Amino acid sequence: MQTYLTRTPISLDSLLTEVAHGDCGGTCVFLGTVRNGPDEQGVTAIEYSAYEDMVDAEFGQLLADARGRWPEARIAVRHRLGTIPVGEASIAIVAAAPHRVQAFEACRYVIEGVKQRIPVWKKELRVDGSEVWVDPAGHPTAKPSHV
Amino acid sequence: MRVRFFARYAELVGRSEAAVSLSPPATVEDVVRRVREALPGAQALPERPLAAVNMKHVKLEARVQSGDEVALLPPIAGGSCRHT
Repeated sequence: MQTYLTRTPISLDSLLTEVAHGDCGGTCVFLGTVRNGPDEQGVTAIEYSAYEDMVDAEFGQLLADARGRWPEARIAVRHRLGTIPVGEASIAIVAAAPHRVQAFEACRYVIEGVKQRIPVWKKELRVDGSEVWVDPAGHPTAKPSHV
Repeated sequence: MRVRFFARYAELVGRSEAAVSLSPPATVEDVVRRVREALPGAQALPERPLAAVNMKHVKLEARVQSGDEVALLPPIAGGSCRHT
């Protein structure tokens, strides 16, 4: 079974190569990167973990669903696991299609599906040494676990 | 059946998996109840967590049988940062 996971930095060139096709006139790239913004309280990195076998099964189904909606789209995705420093990508989605609307829509569909059904979890690693699981509502769990 | 724990749930129960036996007919909800009763730390798990059986998302009312792999899933948080 194909794996959509990697523990090394994501190669955007590889994903672009996967979807490249002469019929495609538009390619949309989404990169999700680890951020330390005003709301993040000193995040230095995020540690990503997953139910890996299920991730691959669910990504396969999610991409099949996307191809059902946009049959002419060519889509590639990678999710990185492990400790990812601020500024580096944790996920990349590349969608190519004959026209830009299809490419944008397919790319958006996949990232929204990731948020809903791909079993991946993240723990913020903070500058003060604390570690905090992040819930999907965007809030750290109540009890930080210290290193 | 094999019950798997991930991320925060694995930390709470101090393990990544456990074996559970239940008399049929049994549901995922029965598995969660048994786990919360039997494993130290598992009381901290929610009564109604997300769950998967054999790598497919299911509702807690889903039936399970011997040989199934039941996964209790913390709220899914894939992708990138919290609000992207």
